Amino acid sequence: MTDLTFSPSPGAAPRSRMVRAQTAYELRTLLRNGEQLLLILIIPVALLILFSSAPLLDVGAGRRVDFLTPGVLALAVMSTAFTGQAIGTGFERRYGVLKRLGATPLPRSGLIIAKTLTVLAVEVLQALVICVVAAALGWSPHGNPATVILLLLLGTAAFSGFGLLMAGTLRAEATLAAANLVYILLLALGGVVFPLTKFSGGVRSVLELLPISALADGLRQVLQHGAGFPARDLVILAVWAVLGLALAARFFSWE
Amino acid sequence: MEPLAVAVNDLVKRYGMTAAADGLSFEARSGEVTALLGPNGAGKTTTVEICEGYRRADSGSVRVLGRDPRDPALKTRIGVMLQSGGVPTNARAGEFLRLIASFYATPLDPAALLDRLGLTASARTSYRRLSGGQQQRLALAAAVVGRPELVFLDEPTAGLDPQARHATWELVEDLKAAGVAVILTTHHMDEAERLADEVVIVDHGRVIASGPPSSLTGAERQLRFRARPGLGLDELLSALPPATIAKESPAGHYVIEGDLVPELLATVTAWCASNGVMTEDLRIERRTLEDVFLELTGRELRS
Repeated sequence: MTDLTFSPSPGAAPRSRMVRAQTAYELRTLLRNGEQLLLILIIPVALLILFSSAPLLDVGAGRRVDFLTPGVLALAVMSTAFTGQAIGTGFERRYGVLKRLGATPLPRSGLIIAKTLTVLAVEVLQALVICVVAAALGWSPHGNPATVILLLLLGTAAFSGFGLLMAGTLRAEATLAAANLVYILLLALGGVVFPLTKFSGGVRSVLELLPISALADGLRQVLQHGAGFPARDLVILAVWAVLGLALAARFFSWE
Repeated sequence: MEPLAVAVNDLVKRYGMTAAADGLSFEARSGEVTALLGPNGAGKTTTVEICEGYRRADSGSVRVLGRDPRDPALKTRIGVMLQSGGVPTNARAGEFLRLIASFYATPLDPAALLDRLGLTASARTSYRRLSGGQQQRLALAAAVVGRPELVFLDEPTAGLDPQARHATWELVEDLKAAGVAVILTTHHMDEAERLADEVVIVDHGRVIASGPPSSLTGAERQLRFRARPGLGLDELLSALPPATIAKESPAGHYVIEGDLVPELLATVTAWCASNGVMTEDLRIERRTLEDVFLELTGRELRS
């Protein structure tokens, strides 16, 4: 029997250590979760390979991989920041994990930072894999990488806000169903694998306001067409980000 | 003087029309185990969760280690075991305990704590694949790994097999010996009698009795039996020595207190025989907390 002394010795670890530990834990559990891997990595890469190699969809002028890669990057951001985060956090809330962590010295802001860092780390991994696969398929990107990163970050903020809003307000089962439904709808209607020009004018102008459309279109303008600053898409994403994060901050319930 | 670990005074908490806590008061001290004992729905969990800072009281005062229970500074000083859950289902036992430990400045060694609670072999097992008893012990480990001054354990042994229960009891005794204040809720009388320095019996959101187990149960032995309700106790008493007391509380449950010599037992059974009364559960023993609860409420604790 190991010697244990239970004499009180209270004290919190440094905040940075707490956030690091929570982030490492979240990353580890996420990356060994098969369903999450399917969602965040396998589906985007499969779509990229499938639609790049076979002329199944009319993606307009230009090479298919140049059209598809920005859309798949947008899909990857949505799958991690929105779908994965909503479902994961929703079940943590349901099982009292958020409540239990609330009784530890890890502050709520530290938990949110850890979740955000986890999302960003996963996105880096996704982008690497997608770019390598796209390069192997002959992808030739253009544009300013800083603009691409700005688009990805704004998209992440927008999707995180709504993912956390859903996780913090609905029952876990409802979040699971709704997050998957939204994922499929936005995949189909958001200009991810086929262009919004397929829709008629009125429908199209509404669909262009979706965060997934703005992200896919912004990335496409930069990476496919070498545009400098896709202002309209950046503004749309910023509005969604502010709205989502404000609603989540207002309505998120921890229990 | 060191402040009380917990001081609850006239606590009221309502959910709609029902009062989960209805003027509830108690105190808990460092180096002592305080047991909130009562049936399901008595208000134990509500009271504990207010002390843990999860909910606000409607009225009354609650001080935890001399502070407002919602003071963030308390989070390093208290350990919490929820009644259920609190652990991600896909987390491995050892991984989760190391995570919680990493939030504290000078935690216990997670591996040693797992070992102590018999969880070493399950350290790499995910929470959802642990047995109920293992899940409970992991939650207990997480409550104490940060070396708190005060620990709240909400039904720590619910659903445990006897062996796991004893492991939990021994840990609670070690915490107490180390000067930690332990507050636990239970509806197991034997648990409260075995562990608690102070028992607070709660029913319908109120404290109906409190004190050390021995003062609640009394040192005197009693003769207890069950029989059909409404026996003529006055007639029985006339056959017994003058200082003897006999009462029926609740209906059908009889208690005889006095000088319990063999003749008294013979007199009682003879009286029963001549009146055609068949007794059940005839026993001579000290009162248990179970008896105390039954007498105070007229109900069985685990009904």
